[in-house]
Amino acid sequence: MQLLSLNHTVNFMRLRVATIFLSTLLIIGSVVSLATNSLNWGLDFTGGTLIEVGYEDSADLARIRDELAGADFPDAVVQNFGSSQDVLIRISPREGVKAAAIGDQVLSALRADGETVTMRRIEFVGPQVGDELTEQGGLAMLVALICILVYVAMRFEWRFALGSVSALVHDVILTLGLFSLLQIEFDLTVLAAVLAVIGYSLNDTIVVCDRIRENFRKIRKGEPTEIVNISLSQTLNRTIITSLTTILVLVALFYKGGALIHGFATALLFGVIVGTYSSIYIASSVALALGISKEDLMPPQVEKEGADMDPLP
Amino acid sequence: MLNKNSIWKVLLVIAIIGLCALYALPNIYGEDNAVQISAGRDAKVTEQMVGRVENALKANNIDVKKIEFENEQILIRLTSSDGQLRARELLERELGTDYYVAMNLAPDTPEWLEDLGGTPMKLGLDLRGGVHFLMEVDMSEAIKKSLEDAESTFRTSLREEGLRYRTVNQRGDYLDIQFRDQDTLDKAEFFLRNQNRDLSYKDAGELTLRASFSEAKLAEIRDNAVKQNITIIRNRVNQLGVAEPLVQKQGADRIVVQLPGIQDTARAKEILNATATLEFRMVDLDHDVADAINGRVPAGSQLINDQSGRPQLLEKRIMLTGNHITDANSGVDEYGIPQVNISLDSEGGSKMSRATRSAIGKPMATVFIEYKSTGERNDAGKLVFEKHEEVISIATIRAQLGSSFRITGLDSPKEARDLALLLRAGALIAPIQIVEERTVGPSLGAENIEMGMQAIVFGLAAVLIFMIIYYKAFGLIANVALLSNLVIIVGVMSMIPGATLTLPGMAGIVLTVGMAVDANVLIFERIREEIRDGRSPQQAIHQGYDSAFSTILDANVTTFIAGMILFAVGTGPIKGFSITLMIGIATSMFTAILVTRVIANAIWGGRRVDSLPI
Repeated sequence: MQLLSLNHTVNFMRLRVATIFLSTLLIIGSVVSLATNSLNWGLDFTGGTLIEVGYEDSADLARIRDELAGADFPDAVVQNFGSSQDVLIRISPREGVKAAAIGDQVLSALRADGETVTMRRIEFVGPQVGDELTEQGGLAMLVALICILVYVAMRFEWRFALGSVSALVHDVILTLGLFSLLQIEFDLTVLAAVLAVIGYSLNDTIVVCDRIRENFRKIRKGEPTEIVNISLSQTLNRTIITSLTTILVLVALFYKGGALIHGFATALLFGVIVGTYSSIYIASSVALALGISKEDLMPPQVEKEGADMDPLP
Repeated sequence: MLNKNSIWKVLLVIAIIGLCALYALPNIYGEDNAVQISAGRDAKVTEQMVGRVENALKANNIDVKKIEFENEQILIRLTSSDGQLRARELLERELGTDYYVAMNLAPDTPEWLEDLGGTPMKLGLDLRGGVHFLMEVDMSEAIKKSLEDAESTFRTSLREEGLRYRTVNQRGDYLDIQFRDQDTLDKAEFFLRNQNRDLSYKDAGELTLRASFSEAKLAEIRDNAVKQNITIIRNRVNQLGVAEPLVQKQGADRIVVQLPGIQDTARAKEILNATATLEFRMVDLDHDVADAINGRVPAGSQLINDQSGRPQLLEKRIMLTGNHITDANSGVDEYGIPQVNISLDSEGGSKMSRATRSAIGKPMATVFIEYKSTGERNDAGKLVFEKHEEVISIATIRAQLGSSFRITGLDSPKEARDLALLLRAGALIAPIQIVEERTVGPSLGAENIEMGMQAIVFGLAAVLIFMIIYYKAFGLIANVALLSNLVIIVGVMSMIPGATLTLPGMAGIVLTVGMAVDANVLIFERIREEIRDGRSPQQAIHQGYDSAFSTILDANVTTFIAGMILFAVGTGPIKGFSITLMIGIATSMFTAILVTRVIANAIWGGRRVDSLPI
């Protein structure tokens, strides 16, 4: 079976200007959303207390709010989580109270009227830990990008390195933009997912770049744009199939993995789609725009085969 | 001939898959509800106890699957979780406070597998249920206290040396000593420099000598504060009856405490925050111990048992409390006999000196006081703590003691170490506070496992079906590789002691399943291309694998970099995710390239093939 039987070359680069325009638009949109809406930072970053409790029947959220207000937690955010029996309660960090005791206080307040409430999860993160995690998270992203930049520059060429890293930055900004736009909670697992998106998108980009390099060396004649088109066409089948299998498992994760993993699966699903697009358009467009050419990609040791080399222009 | 397998390659593939499959095996056996008995400080679990435990359980009609005695612990496997609860309560009553009775889930791994070192994967708290605390040690308090000690030492020693000073003041993290003239300052600086090398001194102008701790000393103070807290927490955690607790230093000033399976977090916190203290008291020599045991305890004295359970008659008057202890270390004296060196703060030193002046030649006892939870609650719902006193050492005072003295004549280095540990545990250390808490109820843990497994199964099934439809026979080979990849991941995770499976870790496995086929897709697409270009099937296979290799390597190395960074900065669940991701990348390269090649070679290699089912 063959998904696409491409015997001719698709002129991907025809859409170069249009896609650059589109991506710029999306990036601006994401940045604007991030600037105005910010991210819906999760507990890991803001600090505070989160309590997940289970009721035997459907939980009455209004009553829970009343009970909590009575127990001196008027600012508690109460919502369903996953099912109607599960309730998630968030309490922002507060002064004076021994923060680690809040979880137990909330539980006893809910149990005060004799209802059976099972504790499913309590998370408390002190404000200083939250700040550190935010810092570490940002740092992790930067370090990852720099390490990758260096590796790709060493293995390939600096134009490719810049191309792939711009593709990665593109993917990360768009994923963050989506989370900001939809106000999905951004917690540590989502951060992990974003880093995994970096890994995935890069994987894709490397495969494309690798083929472009190979074709530059193999095909004697041809404009850089044409060679990029040929390479993209040759790898298109693989790009689509790998994205497809990854999306298949992510859909399974999204529907079967439970509410805790939703944010993670969402980030990856979106990231994989954007990553596939960016490895086709962004990475190669940037490399082309930076003026990648045949000479840049010839293997450094040419002496042995020097005889059949083209004379230098 | 192209595409022939070399023997060593086939053997390598079989050996690796076989080995990993063997070590992955323990994971398919379930777990038993178990109760684990370990000894407290003063007791020892012996083989004889097994019979006693067995009889007690039988008398109460609790069904037992098996009782094992190993590593000075007794593990009782029970047939139901209800029996587990009842057995624990019964044994706690039966054995008393000298033993810790913990509920546990013991893997039901067959013995031959256990002998080979096979253990199931460690599950993270989010899958197993339990509590994770991150505690921070208040370092400023620890440093402040050390500085206070230095301050009073300065006052005393300068006075004794006849060096007149105007004031000694503690300001932030340094001490300022003001003098009346430059000459005294210089002399004092010379004197102090020789006397106390832990501090660095500098002339701060205006006849002021400024002393601050050297970096090495600061590091030592911090390190000790954390170590002391860890010691104390370990002692407390043992009382909680947790089977596999983890108490570990994290970063410079934090301590991670993980208590799997704990359900009552309120109780855990109360016990962790309970305090231990020490008291030094004189042994009452004026009255007879035997009389006191018979009920005639003199008014000013008290009977307290020592570690072997023998009652000792001590004076009620307390010479010194443990919060004056700043350090206690075990070592040996000049004759190689074990001893414990104790340092007191200056206030403690003068108290000790006053108390021992007239008591030379008399025995002094060290009493360790702990507040242990009785497991009961009072009307307000608070846990009832019981004061538990014990004499941990009796030593004869040889001379008037000061701010540093030693206890000698101990029987063994182990005894010295234990005593030093107890002394440190009773000392006042920097306070700690909980900065992060994550508690997962046991039902949620089980649900998480369930959901994670479902996601893996569904994702895997989808990929397997897709690959067979799309690549036919080669798809089947890729599927074999994918399945063996899963087995290897599980095997490796079970073999590496530090690897823990978490919910994000399971997501990582799902993701690996999706991405692992990528290498095969790359190779198979290459083979198809080569065939389209008119190469023979054998050459197509050869070329396909060869030219895809460097692409696969590059793509995976970069993803691996992202995984390593995640591992370096992440905590808990995120670390779990990065571990499975990294292991998955490494193993998928092995299976997707080597395993599929060996199979493909075995089927098509070395003979005439007209077309490939791809």
